[in-house]
Amino acid sequence: MASTKKDPVVVILQLTGANDILNTIIPYTSGEYRDNRPKVNIPQDQVLPIDDQLAFNPNMGPLKKMYDDGKMAIIHGIGFENSPRSHFRAMDIWHTCEPDIVGTEGWVAKVTRDLDPAGENVLKTVNFGQGLPRALALRGVPITSVSNLENYGVLSTVPGIDPQQDRTKILERFARMYAPAIGTGATMDYLGQTGRDALKGADILKVAPEKYTSTIEYAETPIAKYLRDVARVYLADLGTQVFYTSHGPFDTHFNQPPMHQKLWTDVSNAVSDFFDDLKEHDAGENLIMVMFTEFGRRVKDNGTGTDHGAAGGAFVIGNNVKGGMYGTYPSLKAEDLNQGDLDPNYDFRGFYSTVIEKWLGLDAVPIVGGTFEQMAFV
Amino acid sequence: MPSQDEIALMGHLMRRAGFGAPQEELQTRAAKGYDATVEELLHPEELPPIDENEFYRYFPGYEGALGPPINQADWVYRMINTKRPLEEKIALFWHQLFATGNSKVDNPPELTQQIKMFRKYGLGSFKELLVELAKNPAMIYWLDNNGNHNGAINENWGRELMELFALGVGNYSEDDIKEASRAFTGWTIAPKIPRNPLGRFYWNFEYKAEDHDDGEKTFLGHTGNFNGEDIIDILAGQPASPRFLARHLYNFFVADEAQVPAWNITPPRDPEAIQTLVDAYNDSKGDIRSILRVLFKSDFFKNARFEHVKSPAELVVGTVRIAGNYNGPRPGLTALAMECNWQGQELLNPPSVESWHTGSEWIDGGALVRRVNFAAGVLGDTSLPGVRSVVEGLRSKGSLAPADFVTQCLEALGPLEVSESTHSELLDQAQEDGNLNWGTDEERTSSEKRVGIMLALIAASRDYQFA
Repeated sequence: MASTKKDPVVVILQLTGANDILNTIIPYTSGEYRDNRPKVNIPQDQVLPIDDQLAFNPNMGPLKKMYDDGKMAIIHGIGFENSPRSHFRAMDIWHTCEPDIVGTEGWVAKVTRDLDPAGENVLKTVNFGQGLPRALALRGVPITSVSNLENYGVLSTVPGIDPQQDRTKILERFARMYAPAIGTGATMDYLGQTGRDALKGADILKVAPEKYTSTIEYAETPIAKYLRDVARVYLADLGTQVFYTSHGPFDTHFNQPPMHQKLWTDVSNAVSDFFDDLKEHDAGENLIMVMFTEFGRRVKDNGTGTDHGAAGGAFVIGNNVKGGMYGTYPSLKAEDLNQGDLDPNYDFRGFYSTVIEKWLGLDAVPIVGGTFEQMAFV
Repeated sequence: MPSQDEIALMGHLMRRAGFGAPQEELQTRAAKGYDATVEELLHPEELPPIDENEFYRYFPGYEGALGPPINQADWVYRMINTKRPLEEKIALFWHQLFATGNSKVDNPPELTQQIKMFRKYGLGSFKELLVELAKNPAMIYWLDNNGNHNGAINENWGRELMELFALGVGNYSEDDIKEASRAFTGWTIAPKIPRNPLGRFYWNFEYKAEDHDDGEKTFLGHTGNFNGEDIIDILAGQPASPRFLARHLYNFFVADEAQVPAWNITPPRDPEAIQTLVDAYNDSKGDIRSILRVLFKSDFFKNARFEHVKSPAELVVGTVRIAGNYNGPRPGLTALAMECNWQGQELLNPPSVESWHTGSEWIDGGALVRRVNFAAGVLGDTSLPGVRSVVEGLRSKGSLAPADFVTQCLEALGPLEVSESTHSELLDQAQEDGNLNWGTDEERTSSEKRVGIMLALIAASRDYQFA
């Protein structure tokens, strides 16, 4: 358990599309890296070295700084056996912790249920983005999903409903239309409860933008916008313990160098602005951010990009994170590769378990479906 | 002039056998008659297909495109614009039953080909459809039948064929699965043709006799040197098969049932209706068209109004069909397809082979907010052609008392029946500004706005979630 008074908070940032770990945490002195990456490589004189073997991508300067300050953990070789190399399948596995069967219950939703068994706070977990990732899906667990914090809520985008003039009255009507009624049946009751929960969530969330001021100027990128939303809701103290958002696409089969450069520039700046923002508000001691991607990419490049691989990498950032590198960077030697890919050597469920037990203080076994090796980054 | 009851019944038929229809279409169809409309729906081949030349002229990148949203949008366009509503609806039924997902197939054009197959065979013989399904490359890949070899069986397809597609659990043994899997050895995908330099080729079915286990098999009490077709023959002749299919048809077309895994312990909500459908199956040797004819003409169907929670596809397409804003090729189709995704139904990518859970399980907090905001946002937009014609329809009636104002709006959206509490709220809203008048410019502007808000409020109601 974290030694903080406030409830622990985790921000999950999903790097959608399979980030190329080899060009993110770069084995810059490896001959195999140079041999396999004749086109899609980062020149040795541009990398940001961590030690004499590994280096950050040059576009990750702000993250490198957090790493140097001891606030960032890098987890090597993460993945699972028989990595399917399909985005959708792999993402499902990350979302449900079910590598063998097709699961439908999300691990974050299970975490949410355990954090708030009575479902009292509909904002216990908040997703920023379009639609609900499967990680957050579980029958009976209310989770709020926000695509735009500015106009989040029921009936917020109807052309004829003037936000100032009509909306309050219309929302009151909505509340009465969804009020409990006797004898209308289980489905109507359930719809009523869900509608009232949504109203409640929107009502509480409304205060977040109103309360917030900051000198930090986030960039005009989707990830910066969502992380600013996370900051605003977090700083409003609404009891949210899990934030979820994603950025991408990291699926760089073609013309990788400029794409990958922009992706990491945007993510690094947004994450760094986010933590600066928390610092400005003297907050963030009870918060960590974790980043994951569904898998890494092929060791050998395809001329302009890279294809689907196996082992990826994960990151954890926060003031109370024990910075450094964890696990072993998978070998690039031809005989050690798994169908041409870095072979995962650390089960992602151990990574989740660490966050669930050591940070959130919950029992990880029922959530990830077993006992897996944990790490010491928190 | 058809009566209001006849129009309401037609609205019900069109929501279930299709994706709903605007008021004028319902009037025309009701004038033509219920039974005649059922026959027309059951014979899509007699009506013109989607004009693909027109569609692909506007969207040249769509044909065979790789991206999931484009393939979803292609289907959504057809659901909206088809002259053959039941052809698309039955394709959606089979897609929900024979759930094949892009999560593994990772090839949306192949899934689009599967949907095309459902359009072609979906109203014919159940047995023939199962054979086509067994030969469908996306299905073969999805359930690993390309890894099902003579001497080294893979049971995935054999198991799901029985458990999820044709019989239901409890009606076969583990040995039956093994024997069926042996019979389907050699049913595989032909070597794929490389894309370059000639463009994309679809996958093809291939029967490899040398990889087929031709030995004797004992399957569900029958013994012989069975091949895949024989297995499907035997399956379609099992008493469990029509019962299983009947329950699926009932759940999709008539009224929400318990979820499939509960079928062993929860009896059907209307056992007589299931028996009627089973009889129709047996009388017609499993002809889907004949079974649906019986279904649509039955009292249990006609009486099951608003007993079914709309799937996201039904909600999105049904709303847009009333609003008329996607008639013909229009920009924004992928956004519509994404709207289905965000509401929880990613077409061509069901969450697993067990498919989506239906009924009230379509609803969670995020999904409900999206459903409400989408439908209210579209139907509350008085600039859209279908909404405009609702406004014009009201205007043609002259000054309208608040109660009539509400009634007319409900009729335009379904006609929709609403609960007492919804109705009193709508009436209260209508009464706030008295009669709906159209005499002066000011009155027209204000009345138009009031209609938009009324339609949005109806679209936001719990009642609108049901078909």
